[in-house]
Amino acid sequence: MVAASADRVWKYFGDYPALRGATIEVRQGACVALIGRNGAGKTTLLRILASLSKPSKGEVTLLGLSTRSPEARRRIGYLGHGIGVYDDLSAFENLTLFGQLAGVSDPKEAANKALERVGLIRVKEGLAREFSRGMRQRLAIARAFLHDPDLLLLDEPFTSLDDRAIAVLQELLAAARARGSTIVMSTHQLREAMELATDVALLERGRMVFAGPSTPEMVLDPGWLYRTYGEQQA
Amino acid sequence: MREKAIYVLGILGTALLVLNFYRIFLVIPIDALQGAIYRIIFIHVPAAITADAFYAVAVIASIAFLIRKNFAWDSLAVSAVEVGTMFTLVNLATGSIWGRVEWGIWWAWDARMTSQLMLFLLYLGYLLLRPAVTEPTQRATMSAILAIFAFADIPIVTMAIRLHNVRTQHPGPVLETGGLAPVYWPPFLTGIAVFLLLGSAMVLVRLHQESSRREIDSLRREIHAI
Amino acid sequence: MNGLAAAFAIARKDLRTEWRTKESLNASVSFAIVILVLFSFAFDLDREERLAISGGLLWLVYAFAGALIVNRSFARELPNDCLDILIASPAPPWAVFIGKAAACFFLLLLVELISLPVFGLFYNIRWIGSFFSLLLVIALATWGITVVGTAFSAVTVNVRLRELMLPVLLYPLLIPLLIGAMELTTGLLNGNAVLSDIRLLIVFDVVYTSLAIMLIEFILVI
Repeated sequence: MVAASADRVWKYFGDYPALRGATIEVRQGACVALIGRNGAGKTTLLRILASLSKPSKGEVTLLGLSTRSPEARRRIGYLGHGIGVYDDLSAFENLTLFGQLAGVSDPKEAANKALERVGLIRVKEGLAREFSRGMRQRLAIARAFLHDPDLLLLDEPFTSLDDRAIAVLQELLAAARARGSTIVMSTHQLREAMELATDVALLERGRMVFAGPSTPEMVLDPGWLYRTYGEQQA
Repeated sequence: MREKAIYVLGILGTALLVLNFYRIFLVIPIDALQGAIYRIIFIHVPAAITADAFYAVAVIASIAFLIRKNFAWDSLAVSAVEVGTMFTLVNLATGSIWGRVEWGIWWAWDARMTSQLMLFLLYLGYLLLRPAVTEPTQRATMSAILAIFAFADIPIVTMAIRLHNVRTQHPGPVLETGGLAPVYWPPFLTGIAVFLLLGSAMVLVRLHQESSRREIDSLRREIHAI
Repeated sequence: MNGLAAAFAIARKDLRTEWRTKESLNASVSFAIVILVLFSFAFDLDREERLAISGGLLWLVYAFAGALIVNRSFARELPNDCLDILIASPAPPWAVFIGKAAACFFLLLLVELISLPVFGLFYNIRWIGSFFSLLLVIALATWGITVVGTAFSAVTVNVRLRELMLPVLLYPLLIPLLIGAMELTTGLLNGNAVLSDIRLLIVFDVVYTSLAIMLIEFILVI
């Protein structure tokens, strides 16, 4: 079963092709590390998969459905660069709102459970604006995992997390994997990604130069991928 | 091919324009009541009709762009809006001149002129929005949305101005076209044809400009992609 | 979750966050009162003249206040990339739009209802007699302002000079609606309103609500 696929996707921003014929097929239950240098197109690809952006050319499917189908959007969890929570709402109000939008059957209970999992239950009435950075990140993580999504799209999730947030994220990722969820995680921190990943995809300047299962070689020496498959520098 | 079309339309339009002006200024008898200035109707009203025609083209092109995502439709939309706005300006200017001669004031807030002014403002907004959006797909999409909103407002504007003028006793339309004497119809219709021809020529020129620009854009893209 | 429930949740969220900060409320009400005061200095009018311009003045004030309120509508989604989360959620785009438009509607209505007694006070105009008809006109015209304003708020959210572009695009489009509202209001305050004019407001509202709902997905997902 294919959890997500992109077929020869191009995305232009003005003159600039952020994605040039990127193709990938993510099988269900996989954990894909989407790696690439800054500007390679990782964020663009994830946003297209999350239905935030339409490809200029090419086809994208999510869980076998078109990206804009509400059924597909109900089962994905997205964590982008911005934390995606409202500063003027409390942690509890934020999660309840997103639970409602995600169609969860009991949003308040789901919100409480999520707050417990990320260790914010004691400050649930606090406004997101008042949280420390680490707390805001944990709240963002709670939001992405709130509705137990089947497909998680995470854009550099480990970047600038504090230790507690990293631990929380790893725990939630493990639980998601155990549940059979699929994860696509972009990162340029190769070491962390390699340890979690079952599959690896390398984006180089908008082109998908490698997509396949991860091997022991890659885990031991993440730079190997770049050297073997990366484009020659001009 | 397109170059040829532009030349043909341009020459035909100009020839007809000259012919029509000859007819308007030298052949047609002067209106008894309003005097020589009445001749301006042959420019004033056809300009409005032409502008409306191009605004209609623009809204159709905008809808086509939203459905098909082909930038050629976006180019057609912006060209049509530009030419339409130009004709609206001609309409406003000629109407103002007529008002000055007939009524002694440059602007009389009558129903028709006010509606045309509203149209001008609506489409001016469109022309102002375009440079403010740098990303081409976003610019084309937002312009298309705006063109649709603007076109939907045209009948509502007419309804509103009529209401307003009835309540506030502003003058009715300064230039009445109802009851045009038969001798006036040929130059009037020719006037519309002339403006449509010249307007189409201008749209084609603008389209040519736009397609060159898009070609340059895509060449730039190629270079970035290497 | 069905669309209406999503719209309701989003409207409630907007109203709640606005009520906590009261940013645009305070700005709009202050602005409205300042304009009312300024106009009273600009013109020296007798009673009849004041009644004659009453509708016009009131709706000018409401239109300016309205632009301030709708400008915030989608702009408030920009911090922390919350707009992305709304678009990626299963909530249909029209629900996101209607929720935000409804929130703007209630906020603008609040500003208007606060400004109305101030207007009556400064200009010595009695409005209580025709209050319910007045309320109907205000509600219909306010919906028109907020539905178009919220749509343009979405259009201009990522555009350069948003605070400037939004009014430039919005006001020409609203002119027919404002004309209708001004005529009706002046008529109601003078006791000689032609109520059939309300057709204009209704047509505007129906046309633009439908258009906005149909086109909103094109605006939000590029």
